[in-house]
Amino acid sequence: MNLLILVVDDEPDVEVLFRQQFRRELRADRFTMEFAQSAPSALQCISQAGNASLILILSDINMPGMSGLELLPKAKAMRPDVPIIMITAYGDAEIKRKALESGADALFTTPIDFLMLRSEIETRVERTA
Amino acid sequence: MSRRSKAGGKPVKTRGRKTKAAHLDKSPAVREETEVVRLRRELDEALERQTATAEVLTVIASSPHDAQPVFDRIAKNAAPLCKAQFCYVFRFDGELVHFAAQSGYASTPEVFLTGYPLPPGRTSAATRSILTGAIEQIPDVLADPDYRHGSQAEVLSFRSIVAVPMLKDGCPLGTIAMARSQAGKFPDWQIDLLRTFANQAMIAIENVRLFNAEQQRTLQSWELSESLENLRAAQDRLVQTEKLASLGQLTAGIAHEIKNPLNFVNNFSSVSVELIDELRGALASAQLDGKLRAEIGDLADTLQANLDKVMQHGKRADSIVKNMLLHSREGSGEHRPVDLNAVVEESLNLAYHGARVEKQGFNITLERPYDPNAGDVDLFPQEITRVLLNLISNGFYAATERKSQTNDGNYEPTLAAATKNLGDRVEIRIRDNGTGIPPEVKDKMFNPFYTTKPAGEGTGLGLSISHAVIVKQHGGSIEVDTEPGKFTEFRIVLPRAGLSLLKSGERG
Repeated sequence: MNLLILVVDDEPDVEVLFRQQFRRELRADRFTMEFAQSAPSALQCISQAGNASLILILSDINMPGMSGLELLPKAKAMRPDVPIIMITAYGDAEIKRKALESGADALFTTPIDFLMLRSEIETRVERTA
Repeated sequence: MSRRSKAGGKPVKTRGRKTKAAHLDKSPAVREETEVVRLRRELDEALERQTATAEVLTVIASSPHDAQPVFDRIAKNAAPLCKAQFCYVFRFDGELVHFAAQSGYASTPEVFLTGYPLPPGRTSAATRSILTGAIEQIPDVLADPDYRHGSQAEVLSFRSIVAVPMLKDGCPLGTIAMARSQAGKFPDWQIDLLRTFANQAMIAIENVRLFNAEQQRTLQSWELSESLENLRAAQDRLVQTEKLASLGQLTAGIAHEIKNPLNFVNNFSSVSVELIDELRGALASAQLDGKLRAEIGDLADTLQANLDKVMQHGKRADSIVKNMLLHSREGSGEHRPVDLNAVVEESLNLAYHGARVEKQGFNITLERPYDPNAGDVDLFPQEITRVLLNLISNGFYAATERKSQTNDGNYEPTLAAATKNLGDRVEIRIRDNGTGIPPEVKDKMFNPFYTTKPAGEGTGLGLSISHAVIVKQHGGSIEVDTEPGKFTEFRIVLPRAGLSLLKSGERG
């Protein structure tokens, strides 16, 4: 089965970084990654995901236009089964509370701890497999 | 001292009172003798007047803050000199005429105590002289159409009155009145004498006014300089707080802007290190001649070393950015009542063990004069711990520095953390016997980014954060006492229940 992870961030270099960080997993086809640079295009990706098994959404909070926190309930409404991890530079209690209340499964603060993220992804992949 | 010697024996111009009858039908010798007696008497009288006015001047000089003794003395001296039965002194406050002093009675008659104060008017010589600002005579109180104190005159048993106002730039400050049992006008010399006394009384009143004004001015200028001092201190605090607040917002903005690209720098360099490893792995299996392989190997090593540097400095920048964000962040965490001694003890232990891990062979004597009555304080424990960690670490640094600089084998690095119950406030003192703080540093040490430590060892934000936490977040105060080469002591005072009064987690 084709496992898909969606990463939402307005910074284009996030795609480059993630593809390098997860190069081995991507090369080995353990999963594929899609990248959206805005919340609306993320929603489009989710609706088009169709056959691919979307196993995880990672989304930045601070984005121009629709923010990650606004995207969160919409994405949850479309795919209540898919866990969503929010990423923020502002790790304060208020944002954390809002994110968790809106249905996020976890909140990562930047710089992202890739060891933690990798193990999080592995857990999802193995659960689906 | 006799009265005469006081007058100094100066020639005195005498006035009036010539008893012409004494010159009639006398032989020249007798006339001459009578003339001598007359001159002698006139001289005596003049001397008496001089002495009486001189006495008043003495009283004026000795009582610059109170005119009453002057009034009393005038009342006492004026009447006998003029062979009058009574003398009264009145004060005028601009609205009412007040009785001030008298002579001629063993005690002040009821009529003055109950009848006065009175508004200026024509009903008595005193009030009339205040009304007109001129000398007023009532040769016969029984014949004066306006005089209304007939019963008073009866009680006091006088017929004629004269009142001489005390004038200051034409305005009456009071009046001196003299009364006799017989009717008739008062002679000019008596009026002149009263005028002299009135001038003296006016000088006494002016003296008191100037004395009081001067005292008031001294008091005001003292109060003024004190409140100016307070104002300056408050302004300093305000400026510091405002500077920190606006700088806090600015740094938060900058820090966030820097943080994102910095994260990329750190992330890409760390993944590049992995990639270089992979490159080496790939090269190992590639068909290459030895020289080229060595060259590529060298390049990979240099790249790897450069990336290590990028990562190292990236981490350094990251810790600065993190500190900048902490600096601007307030009200994080929860505030709650905590045992002050426990917080200080925890911070002391954390700092001590932290320092031992960081620096091999680190050692210092710790003193803990905690006040067992320090009790619970409502505060943000995380933030206060951060402040204490910072101050204690600075103390450790200063003591270690002094140890490395001194030749004194007996020098023992010591740090004391003390607490004290101040009732509705508590005090924490962190004192080290280290290098101390020079005055030029002391002025700037609470400024953000100010540091005396070598590059890479301090961000210069510790004390500025501490200041913000103590003053802005907790409504307390932080002061430093230091002597270069001897000691440094930070004194923190926190309100015991201050935070329940402030809004929880209030932001600046």
